[in-house]
Amino acid sequence: MNSTEHTAEAHVHRDDVGSRMGMWLFLFTELILFGGMFLLYSVYRFQYADAFHLAAKELNTIMGAFNTAVLLTSSMTMALAIVAIQRDQKVLSLFLQMVTIFLALFFLVNKYFEWTAKFHHGIYPGSEELLSKSSGEILFFGLYFVMTGLHGVHVIVGMFLIAIMARMTRRGIITHNNYVRLENIGLYWHLVDIIWIFLFPLFYLIT
Amino acid sequence: MSADAATININGHEPSYLEYKGMHSGILGWILSTDHKRIGILYLISLSIFFMVGVTFGFLMRLELIAPGRTIMDAQTYNSLFTLHGVIMIFLFVVPGIPAVFGNFFLPILIGAKDVAFPRINLLSWYLYVTGGLLAVIAILLPGGPADTGWTFYIPYSVRTGTNVTFALFAAFVLGFSSILTGLNFITTVHRLRASGMSWFKMPLSVWSFYATAWVQVLATPIIGITLLLVAIERWLGVGIFDPALGGDPVLYQHLFWIYSHPAVYIMILPAMGIVSEIIPVFAHRTIFGYKFIAFSSIAIALFGSLVWAHHMFTVGMSDTGQFIFSLLTMVVAIPSAIKVFNWVATLYKGSIDLTTPLLFVLAFIFLFTIGGLTGVMQGILSIDIQVHDTSFIVAHFHYVMFGGTGFGFFAALHYWFPKMFGRMYNVKLSKIYFWLLFIGFNFLYFPMFIMGWLGMPRRYYDYLPQFQPYHLTSTIGSWILVSGVLLMVYNMYRSVKKGKVVTEKNVWGGETLEWQIDTPPIHENFKEIPVIKTDPYQYKMNEEELEKEEVS
Repeated sequence: MNSTEHTAEAHVHRDDVGSRMGMWLFLFTELILFGGMFLLYSVYRFQYADAFHLAAKELNTIMGAFNTAVLLTSSMTMALAIVAIQRDQKVLSLFLQMVTIFLALFFLVNKYFEWTAKFHHGIYPGSEELLSKSSGEILFFGLYFVMTGLHGVHVIVGMFLIAIMARMTRRGIITHNNYVRLENIGLYWHLVDIIWIFLFPLFYLIT
Repeated sequence: MSADAATININGHEPSYLEYKGMHSGILGWILSTDHKRIGILYLISLSIFFMVGVTFGFLMRLELIAPGRTIMDAQTYNSLFTLHGVIMIFLFVVPGIPAVFGNFFLPILIGAKDVAFPRINLLSWYLYVTGGLLAVIAILLPGGPADTGWTFYIPYSVRTGTNVTFALFAAFVLGFSSILTGLNFITTVHRLRASGMSWFKMPLSVWSFYATAWVQVLATPIIGITLLLVAIERWLGVGIFDPALGGDPVLYQHLFWIYSHPAVYIMILPAMGIVSEIIPVFAHRTIFGYKFIAFSSIAIALFGSLVWAHHMFTVGMSDTGQFIFSLLTMVVAIPSAIKVFNWVATLYKGSIDLTTPLLFVLAFIFLFTIGGLTGVMQGILSIDIQVHDTSFIVAHFHYVMFGGTGFGFFAALHYWFPKMFGRMYNVKLSKIYFWLLFIGFNFLYFPMFIMGWLGMPRRYYDYLPQFQPYHLTSTIGSWILVSGVLLMVYNMYRSVKKGKVVTEKNVWGGETLEWQIDTPPIHENFKEIPVIKTDPYQYKMNEEELEKEEVS
């Protein structure tokens, strides 16, 4: 990895270390954004431990575990896509990026079925079924919908970003000696993955 | 932006950034420009507009309070006005203020760079700023009426009220995003783009404070982003998060709100402190006293300032240990601020002082900030805080810090860098007249609030007991003096941009930092050749040596 290497045609200022630094700073802000919600989660779980325990039984652990596996795999394919482009294997990298997008889509479809299943059971924000439950359970589902929802938004954004990267790879903008964009989007994708790794046990595995 | 365009000469000179022809011309050449200087000017214009809107709302509030009972508006309008005044002044003027305008314009120049690290993200953050501003303004016009919660959006009222709170929340969220992007841009710029030889301790002090500010922006803003977003979601969809009716905890909201909003106070004041450290050595003709102390105190303020948020909440219920810790930390944070003040005064001591308009604003800053800061320490004391909590004492305190501090710092920077930015000089005589109007008006406006707050006048109240009337009357008269000063300043700036005396001299004030070594106004990429830095900033050797000779003889 020679980050300071400048190609002859690069008349625009290019600083890969700087780009990566900017991305890491952005990831900090994302972590703190979710950190605020994890803080809320911990306070309420401490306050309503039993209700959280009860409410978590409503969630489908198998589906959650399956989705975790899907997202972890997508993180791997993303990392492999970066390695592939570093080795100048453009087609392979492109293929791996497409697989990542596909897995992300798969994750979202699963999530969709999970959410609609909850809706069928009458559990959605402001529903009578939910409001008849205890405060702790209302908060649990409130946090569940908001946190997985916001995570879902990040997955969608990630899909779009990877799609743009795939386009750039195809057009030869991302190459084996200029791949910092792909690397940065990869970092973002791992963040999305890591947040899910925390969401999964906190919501599904506390029964 | 082809390289060819930059080398076309006008009368043997490279065109300044104002004349530079990029890919677009006319207004597009500005709103699509990624040049940090043009973005700085864009911010200056949009910021000034929102500032004037905020001033108008504040002026109307003061007019309403001139006498007890209804004067010019009903209570609901008054509630909306103090909310909008707060939201606009905080999120659209004071927080972005100095970094967005002067940071954008001068930070790259001060460290010897051609631009910020991410010029396009820089432009994006301006667009986000404008979007946020428009959202806040649109909310005023839509049915339902403008938000009436106060800028703090406290739960549960912010979930229950029928006004357009969601718009205001969303505006603040978007503005937060803009602030984050500016912050990460500045951090990366300082790390990556310093000219060769520009080591950390050769950086001008304003760069240190922009850098410290940028870290607070990046680390604190996401918390307010998510918190306000959650309130908006709660309003939209009825999700239970903070609402006590659904089991939520309103105090938890307050914690999350202040975890950002207290560090935000330092986002506001730190850049102004940087400006002061920049201006004093120039007009005292002396090397800054205690460079490293000022530099590190910026970092210390950023650090400790992030750990004191709950001092806004001493009366809402907290353990004694919690109160003790937050009270102690609040006083600790006063130390680095005091270090700065002592160093500034020490720099002025025995200096050959040139009392120009920028220096006048800086001296006013020190005076007003000291009052604001010391009353802040008073409020950090638990027993006093219980007495003055939610009174106009608090209002006076934070106006002394934010307006007397950041506002006057902003004006100082404007008058200091104006000739460099526009290549024209403002009317100096007029500027000194409105300086005094601003300074006197300010004290008339806010000092009575200390007294009546101490006597028990609550803040945000539409009506009051007759015994408070003399204070309110004085305060309102002060607002007239202050506003006339503001209007004169706006007039002077507007006129001087168009018709002011042309300045081509590189170094109008005799400053020693890099911006005074380049053309006035600066050329497109600032430097013809990137300089190699060999000396510390603020040398002023000649003056120092002369001073020593005088002392010996």
